[in-house]
Amino acid sequence: MQLVLEKRAERSTKIAILSPLLAIALTLVTMSILFAILGKNPVAALIVYFVEPLTDSFTLMEIAVKATPLVMIAIGLSLCYLANVWNIGAEGQFIMGAVCGSWLAVVTNGTGAGPWVLPAMLVMGAAGGALWALIPALCKVKFGANEILTSLMLVYVADLIMDYLVRGPWRDPKGMNFPTTASFDPVATVPALFETGRIHWGALAALIVVALATVMLGRTIKGFEIRVVGAAPRAARFAGFSSSRLVLFTFAVSGALAGLAGIIEVAGPVGVLQPGISPGYGFTAIIVAFLGRLNPVGILIAGLFLALTFIGGEGAQISMKIPLDLTKVFQGILLFYVLACDSLILYRIRLIATQKKASHGTA
Amino acid sequence: MVNPASASSPSAREPLLQAIGLSKRYGTFLANDSIDLDLYTGEIHAFLGENGAGKSTLVKTMYGLIQPSAGELRFLGEKLELTGPSDARSRGIAMVFQHFSLFDNLTVAENVALGLDGVESFAAMSARLAQVSRDYGLPLDPNREVWRLSVGERQRIEIVRALMQNPKLLILDEPTAVLTPQEADQLFTVLFRLKSEGRALLYISHKLDEVKRLCDTATILRGGKKISTCDPRQETAASLARMMVGAEIGEVKATSARATTVPRLLINDLSLEPDDPHGVYLKGISVEVKGGEILGIAGVAGNGQDELFSALSGERQAPKDDNVIIDGHAAGHLSVTDRRKLGAAFVPEERLGHGTAPRMKLSENALLTGHAASDMVHHGFVDKPKTLETVDKTTKTFDVRKAKRDPEAASLSGGNLQKFIVGREILREPGVLIVSQPTWGVDAGAAAVIRQALLDLSGRGSAVLVISQDLDELAEIADRIAVMFHGHLSEPIAAADATREKLGLLMGGASPAQAEAGVSKEAVHAIGA
Ligand SMILES: Nc1ncnc2c1ncn2[C@@H]1O[C@H](COP(=O)(O)OP(=O)(O)OP(=O)(O)O)[C@@H](O)[C@H]1O
Ligand SMILES: [Mg+2]
Repeated sequence: MQLVLEKRAERSTKIAILSPLLAIALTLVTMSILFAILGKNPVAALIVYFVEPLTDSFTLMEIAVKATPLVMIAIGLSLCYLANVWNIGAEGQFIMGAVCGSWLAVVTNGTGAGPWVLPAMLVMGAAGGALWALIPALCKVKFGANEILTSLMLVYVADLIMDYLVRGPWRDPKGMNFPTTASFDPVATVPALFETGRIHWGALAALIVVALATVMLGRTIKGFEIRVVGAAPRAARFAGFSSSRLVLFTFAVSGALAGLAGIIEVAGPVGVLQPGISPGYGFTAIIVAFLGRLNPVGILIAGLFLALTFIGGEGAQISMKIPLDLTKVFQGILLFYVLACDSLILYRIRLIATQKKASHGTA
Repeated sequence: MVNPASASSPSAREPLLQAIGLSKRYGTFLANDSIDLDLYTGEIHAFLGENGAGKSTLVKTMYGLIQPSAGELRFLGEKLELTGPSDARSRGIAMVFQHFSLFDNLTVAENVALGLDGVESFAAMSARLAQVSRDYGLPLDPNREVWRLSVGERQRIEIVRALMQNPKLLILDEPTAVLTPQEADQLFTVLFRLKSEGRALLYISHKLDEVKRLCDTATILRGGKKISTCDPRQETAASLARMMVGAEIGEVKATSARATTVPRLLINDLSLEPDDPHGVYLKGISVEVKGGEILGIAGVAGNGQDELFSALSGERQAPKDDNVIIDGHAAGHLSVTDRRKLGAAFVPEERLGHGTAPRMKLSENALLTGHAASDMVHHGFVDKPKTLETVDKTTKTFDVRKAKRDPEAASLSGGNLQKFIVGREILREPGVLIVSQPTWGVDAGAAAVIRQALLDLSGRGSAVLVISQDLDELAEIADRIAVMFHGHLSEPIAAADATREKLGLLMGGASPAQAEAGVSKEAVHAIGA
């Protein structure tokens, strides 16, 4: 017997909808096995992971806080991926956005600057992310460099730049030598939405980004261009759409969104620039984008779901002593299954008997 | 090759494959409507019918690509339920598709290996490939990459791949639509040989004289239903066409008073390096097309027609701005969109993937070329009702048959999609239209509609440039004909003076003077004009 993938005559819309759910189900099964191997009760662990965070208003708000950067970054990435452009370096763009925006917060710190500071920081954050993203985009357009490698490698460069800044020039003199800037002034801070909890205006910004992306992809010529270039490059060229211009555009937009998410994160929930501002948002957002079917509303749902795994993971660490790294394992397995299940949209799996075939090979 | 079936006497014949009440439904649309059919070994059986009659659907069902909605297939008397193409192949049913499925960057042998289900080693498979291709006189170099091959050679890969499975039934969906007359003749020799080996062949074509020459039986489909089964040799091309359409096909006529005016498309000494190493160099091409005129460009495929098309459409830029002049504007450096804004329109030869995005809706494919120079886009926003309107208008004017109002491009039958992409451009009333192979795979009735539309467009004062391999088509509509050979374009000659012999010589590389002098009949024959 032999397993083969056979192309379907027609794209299966049913599976296109079911695929993310199937992937989640398979991930849960795999996770249960892992829990069992670790000697934990799988059912109890899954409840701590996925149910308990939903039962209390504090953790619900935390989910929204974590989903905010995930959704913003993933929306930008989805534009790239729809256009067949592979930006893997959103983590670096997130960091550079945070760094560029923080610069203003650092230099105005304690000077009593007016309320223009925060808007200016947001603009600089977006610009910083976009410029950082344009490096791999230009390398691709001008020299044909593979954007997967270049964008990924720039993540580590961005990380080290931030590390240098917070340990060197920007370190808080009163910070007892901790690698961190001084706490941002209130004019440099994203205000909270409610009296209690850390949920802030960034969450609304993420919702606006989702709405804008929906309109852009569904109703504008730019959105059409993105979809055609990804789906049928030759037809796109015939339509007069330039693929190199689109590489620059999608990288710039996704970099700007990642940068904006970065500055909102430091100016919002974190409040200072310091290493570890991101638990890997830029990478997790890749999973969010695919789990959400590269569709803005899908991404919103997927972003909330992955945020849940972060919160659930923390809960499981505290109450069941399950290592936090298991959250990353979970996310990795999920991406693996999402991509695997997606191939079932265009292919079906079939078992064929090899015996029978052999007799036909003669001629 | 071992004969798959011993030739049985005609009296005691059992059908190899039978369809009984076979239906295929897409939503509310019946693509095949309770079809009964018998296929016999040692016979070439033709499927005839208009675009969208359901021919491809029927053969895809026989190949296991589509599950029937009702009815059944019987193979040698036994009920046949195919689970997929590999199941069909394992029972001895092979198919050569209307649209090829080859990977350009892989070699011939690699492509063949991908399409076979066998477990033999790559080396053994390559050897067998070489053997089969030699056996049948279908020469192929297993180590060449596909992108270097002509359309005819690509099709040869598909045929050899099918033959390597030693099929009892070989299905060919419009195999000659893309072939030159010489290549088609070669193919017929192979088909006759396969028939004499006792295989059954199923043959779909819109070329009726071909069917009369080749086929023993013909089944005529119309609107998904079987109309009749007949012996095509006993019919005339006209009577076959009447059965297919259910009416007479009109003659194509030029509007009587077609005044040619100023040149609207000028190509000045256009030389262009190919962008892939094995493309054709365009060498000093100069020609003008006046308003009210149709210029035909003949030539064997692969002599620079593709390169010329992309230089004219703007998919590639010309070296100098005045190499291409559209309505008085130097356009050699303009983008596709800017050329469209000058009133030019283009129809490429490849309809899936080039002329349309296959997985997108027709309305989106209307936007594909319509966004440039129409009111489909306001301030960056797409006017969806407008795009749908274009679809409806094209559907109505060019009789595009489809299962619903706005389906995916890939779900249209080949000919209907062709009508859509030609109609989409003509309805924009372009001042200059450049169209490549306008009637590929289009049925006789629809071909007449498209040709008439081209004539009418030029009658309204547009300049039309038609690149076509079909000399009869050019004779029917072109005012002047030029021939492309090795990247050169000959001086155009008036269509009235363009005999097949003369064109044939030019297509084989003779100079116009030689062609005029009319070299001996043998030379004409040698290049197969
Ligand atoms: N996947 C699909 N979904 C909906 N409708 C379809 C699908 N596939 C085919 N059809 C419809 O079924 C009809 C028959 O198509 P088919 O491809 O069999 O035509 P055909 O006889 O091969 O025509 P042609 O000569 O143009 O190739 C067409 O009207 C087409 O629009
Ligand atoms: Mg067909």
